[in-house]
Amino acid sequence: MVQPWVDKYRPKSVSDVAHQEEVVQTLEKALEGSANLPHLLFYGPPGTGKTSAALAIARQLFGPELVKTRVMELNASDERGIGVVRNKIKGFAAGAVGSSVAGYPCPPFKLIILDEADSMTSDAQNALRRTMEAHSKVTRFVFICNYVSRIIEPLASRCAKFRFKPLHGNIMTDRINHICTEEGVTMGSGSMETLSKVSGGDLRRAITTLQSAVRLQGPDVAPATLLDVAGAVPDAVTSAVLSACRSNSFAAIQTAIADAIAEGWPAQAMLLEIQAALLSNDDDGVSESARAGVLLALAAADKALVDGADEQLQLLNVASATQKALCASA
Amino acid sequence: MLWIDKYRPKRLDKLILNQEIGDNLSKLVATGDCPHTLFYGPPGAGKKTLIVALLREIYGAGAEKIKVETKPWKIALPSRNIEVELTTLSSNYHVEMNPSDVGYQDRYVVQEIIKEMAKSRPLDMKGQRGFKVLVLNEVDRLSKEAQASLRRTMEKYSAACRLVMSCTNVSRVIEPVRSRCLCVRVAAPSTAEVQRMLAHVAKKESLSLPDSLSLRVAQASERNLRRALLMLETCRVAQYPFTPDQPVQLADWELYIQEIASDIMQEQSPKRLFQVRGKLYELLVNCLPPTLILRKLVLELLKKLDEEVQHTALALAAQYEHRMQEGQKAIYHLEAFVAKFMSEYKQWSIMAFG
Ligand SMILES: Nc1ncnc2c1ncn2[C@@H]1O[C@H](COP(=O)(O)OP(=O)(O)OP(=O)(O)O)[C@@H](O)[C@H]1O
Ligand SMILES: [Mg+2]
Repeated sequence: MVQPWVDKYRPKSVSDVAHQEEVVQTLEKALEGSANLPHLLFYGPPGTGKTSAALAIARQLFGPELVKTRVMELNASDERGIGVVRNKIKGFAAGAVGSSVAGYPCPPFKLIILDEADSMTSDAQNALRRTMEAHSKVTRFVFICNYVSRIIEPLASRCAKFRFKPLHGNIMTDRINHICTEEGVTMGSGSMETLSKVSGGDLRRAITTLQSAVRLQGPDVAPATLLDVAGAVPDAVTSAVLSACRSNSFAAIQTAIADAIAEGWPAQAMLLEIQAALLSNDDDGVSESARAGVLLALAAADKALVDGADEQLQLLNVASATQKALCASA
Repeated sequence: MLWIDKYRPKRLDKLILNQEIGDNLSKLVATGDCPHTLFYGPPGAGKKTLIVALLREIYGAGAEKIKVETKPWKIALPSRNIEVELTTLSSNYHVEMNPSDVGYQDRYVVQEIIKEMAKSRPLDMKGQRGFKVLVLNEVDRLSKEAQASLRRTMEKYSAACRLVMSCTNVSRVIEPVRSRCLCVRVAAPSTAEVQRMLAHVAKKESLSLPDSLSLRVAQASERNLRRALLMLETCRVAQYPFTPDQPVQLADWELYIQEIASDIMQEQSPKRLFQVRGKLYELLVNCLPPTLILRKLVLELLKKLDEEVQHTALALAAQYEHRMQEGQKAIYHLEAFVAKFMSEYKQWSIMAFG
């Protein structure tokens, strides 16, 4: 069976975790003298290697067999209310540490990985605080999240924190090149830049996009295929909206936005494009304060979209603000 | 059977719209695999048709033998037991559901029911594929917690289970879930494409369809194929043979919202606000989504307004629709929008006309 490349190329050991040098160095040191591994907190955007790193640590500490008894992974797909924290985690933490296996450090503690910890309620996190204290000698916790601000301070302050950076530009290139070599894929001219741009620092996204492009168009990957697979908003769509904004006609922006929505372009991606167009063009006669006004409207719309607001209304509103700004300064 | 079901293409190579997507999907399936996939696009663009045809492409005709089941599921949580009612459509190879239907308990559906399904071996071991498919509709309506609950399930059990999901508003799908999928944009058909489909159906039904009627249906449908076919079928019931100038009937709720817009424009007063409130309530009681009501209402108002006030009306709509998402009761926000609009409009008319 064909295996998704994201799984096939998931880093097996901590040193394989690409381009998170600080993280890797610190962890490797801790792995050598692993008795004093601190509690860990990994945070950063999707697809940057957080879960991979945690699983690799577990495997390197305990080996494939002992992992089953010494490591517990709980993620957002598990119920993690207060009840679970009180009973399940406590039960696991309290049990005896047991024997070790040759060839692995097997430090005398258990590892509890709380992946996607930002989706735990603060009540549950508070309950966890006591469990952590009570069993501090025989347990280590690894918290993983996208937003570090969602972890309550008393937990965060007990951990060594590691920020996983978005894997931008040429940082992504090495890993992708490695996969290309293994899979016999050649990247056409400009393809690497395109892939890096459309995945916005998310390596998982980059790998999925690459694999889909290869499945669709064969092993010679062209930028156009990548753009297509990634669903990137074409320049023509953005310029249609912007020229409607310049037109001083409300009906024009209504049509432009209705078209963009009917074509299914994601509103958030449209906001990014509008922002880029607005910032890259500073000799368009738009006053700085008008430009700032549009940026405010963009930010408000982004927040509203994340809260689940209607895409058409939000985009229209941004277009209306842009139109007012452009036409006022024209 | 309604035309929209009767003429739904069953196979990727028989698609009339979205053929390019269909070709791509066949290529993916031909490689022996299919990644987690998220179809997004406006209503009536053909997402469901693509999914049904994709399943057929993966599993063959067996995927069409569907069993529909609505039953209560017992879920044992550490602290208590709950029961949710869920409708599933399943074949030997796949299960389809709409997990957001259970409302605020959707998280438990993902954590317990979906995870169990994903974990278990393929439903039919003899099936020619090593994986089963879970079809999840309207994932944009799932709570953020429920969406987060999908993340590790999508990674851990991807060998035995692929998710095929659909949504309208992709901004509401959390980034980590999008990052785990091949995201496929399904654009609404152009007016010309809608007409092409109408012509296709008319031919199959041996009807003669005048061009001008087909054009007006296509335009009134606002690039929504489902609506276009329903409208054409209504026209057929109303009158056949068709005439070029035959009226195209809008849905009752659309007419009703047009009426509300006129009410608001005629008079801005507490009394009128009270009447409008009653009408809005009526729409809500009939299960029309509040966002749709507000969007349609402001679009109707915009048609009647001077350019200056158009910007204001729109800004209000965007603001109150956003609040509605965060609040509990839609009626407050709909009413607040109307009240605020009435006040702004009245001020403006006094300034403009004295
Ligand atoms: N730093 C990295 N080095 C090597 N591969 C990586 C790295 N980051 C991500 N990947 C690739 O992306 C996939 C997903 O990574 P991982 O599951 O670790 O992401 P994550 O940071 O936990 O993301 P999320 O926040 O969405 O859970 C891996 O299987 C691997 O193929
Ligand atoms: Mg992860």
